[in-house]
Amino acid sequence: MHNTKSNIYLCGTKLKIQIMIKLENINKSYVNGTSLHVLKGLNLNIEKGEFVAIMGASGSGKSTLLNILGILDNYDTGSYYLNDILIRDLSEKTAAQYRNELIGFVFQSFNLISFKTAVENVALPLYYQGISRKKRNLMAMEYLEKMGIADWADHLPSEMSGGQKQRVAIARSLVSRPKVILADEPTGALDSVTSIEVMDLLKSVNKDDGMTIVMVTHDPDMAAMAQKIIRIKDGVIGSIEKTF
Amino acid sequence: MFDLFNEILSTLKKNRLRTFLTGFSMAWGIFMLITLLGAGAGLKNGIFNNYGGQAMNRAEMWPGRTSMPYDGLQVGRRTIFDEKDPDYLKDELDEISVISPTRSVWNLSMVYGQDYISTSLAGVYPEFNEIDKIKIIEGRNINGADIKEARKVIVIHKRSAKSLFKDVDPLGKYVVITKIPFLVVGVYSDDDMSQEPSSYAPITTVGKIFGTSTGYSSIAVTIDGLKNVKETNDFDLKLKTKLAKKHQYDPNDNSAIYYWSMWKQYLEMIGVFSGINLFIWIIGIGTLIAGIVGISNIMLITVKERTKEFGIRKSLGAKPSSIIKLIIVECLMITGLFGFVGMLFGIGAVELMNVLIKPSTDPDDLQIFLNPSVNLTIVVAATAVLMLAGLLAGYVPAKKAVKIKPIEALRYE
Repeated sequence: MHNTKSNIYLCGTKLKIQIMIKLENINKSYVNGTSLHVLKGLNLNIEKGEFVAIMGASGSGKSTLLNILGILDNYDTGSYYLNDILIRDLSEKTAAQYRNELIGFVFQSFNLISFKTAVENVALPLYYQGISRKKRNLMAMEYLEKMGIADWADHLPSEMSGGQKQRVAIARSLVSRPKVILADEPTGALDSVTSIEVMDLLKSVNKDDGMTIVMVTHDPDMAAMAQKIIRIKDGVIGSIEKTF
Repeated sequence: MFDLFNEILSTLKKNRLRTFLTGFSMAWGIFMLITLLGAGAGLKNGIFNNYGGQAMNRAEMWPGRTSMPYDGLQVGRRTIFDEKDPDYLKDELDEISVISPTRSVWNLSMVYGQDYISTSLAGVYPEFNEIDKIKIIEGRNINGADIKEARKVIVIHKRSAKSLFKDVDPLGKYVVITKIPFLVVGVYSDDDMSQEPSSYAPITTVGKIFGTSTGYSSIAVTIDGLKNVKETNDFDLKLKTKLAKKHQYDPNDNSAIYYWSMWKQYLEMIGVFSGINLFIWIIGIGTLIAGIVGISNIMLITVKERTKEFGIRKSLGAKPSSIIKLIIVECLMITGLFGFVGMLFGIGAVELMNVLIKPSTDPDDLQIFLNPSVNLTIVVAATAVLMLAGLLAGYVPAKKAVKIKPIEALRYE
């Protein structure tokens, strides 16, 4: 317990700070003919309720980092704690369960299932929790409403704009009430106005629900809307700066 | 489980073309197989039907004249079947189970009231209908007492009855043949459509009226226990030799006694049909393989096409097993449902054949198609084979697709 929680006294008030993501000395290499060392002993703590942006040049390892955080990829050495749970050498089954319970994904290309309507897409994570159809559709509608696209519930992704699709994707990432949202270039496929709308949505999710959000982006304007910008350089943390 | 069905059903509904193509391969395979087997069965039933109600193991011999000199005896002697011949044959040849000599007289008039028809009169023993398989539809057959007392009783064909008696019940009435009244005791029907059906009377009666000096007109026998053409040939040779010995003629003389056996033909035809059957099965299995390839192909493409979807599902928390289950149950649902549809259509097609190709009513026509039918066990087994093939064809690539890391699957376009 002691390693993830510390007491900080600020202006005489006792604040309990919980670490949501703790990375210790993470190493990751890709062996593809020649060995490519991508993450070189990376250390990082992200607190509960933080909204951080991860930036870095292409090839810096930011996508690899996000994949490891999302339990979509494994790492070679080090340790990764998510919500105090050690994520290492998990079976596919356990990994799937943790992804379902702990993580919500938002992708650049939305990754909605093309033949399912908005509400069915949002309800899908709940299907894998074994929640009844009626209840999960109700919950999905609730989140679609929150994202302001309840009217589009019965539309297929192909009938929606990029911004609407991303709202559906965000609703889907939230519906299972995860501990952390991982967003991979969430505005990468959107125009600037829609990008700001989506960012505002993410910010309100962060602020109102206290959701921890980790966002990978290469757009400095979007990164500036997060609380913290973490720059990855050569497989390690280059710098961490607060935006306010 | 219900939820899984719902999930799959909505997937199928939204991928209609794919569902249809997979299903069509399945339904088509089953349909073709059933139609093929049904047609084969129809052909077989039709051909075998031409043998009517006759016993397949039937053989018959008729007396003739010698055409070769033998032991100093001259050519052209008449052979005469006498009363001792049936017992002699039965004693000498164990394979003979039923023996029925006949005394026939042809071109007789049978009169009732003002009407008369032409008929032939066959004097028989009661056993004759075990060989000729006629069906008594009214009254009774010739019996032992008729033979013993040489009663003037007669069994007539239903068409003779119709011509002579119109709507009157013929039983108990008398018909007159060569001025001698015969009591009608039975009416029979058979599959023989010949214009001038025989009438049957006790052999002793016919002997008394028309004389016995010419001997029996024919001797019919049934033969048991001959399994193949060779055994049948051996038997035929043995029978001819025995007859030649008794009637003192050259065993190679085929016109002294004419002999005809149905059994050999029957065996040969069975051989032909097992050949046709084999051919049908080869085509059937070929059709099945084509179906298997079709289904496998579509399942393979389907799984490949859905790799990204599986990646999304995995990122949302789908366990590998749940994705494999999704594919397998989907595959079973499609193949099962469409297999059933193919089965229904196939059975429908076979029934249609049955209706469209009506058996010919012309007595002289040869039937070549009758009662097409299929063995349901074979159909169900074929459906199961196709389902299994589809299952494997879905499972193998699904297993592979599931092994791909979700991150790679998500990148898959």
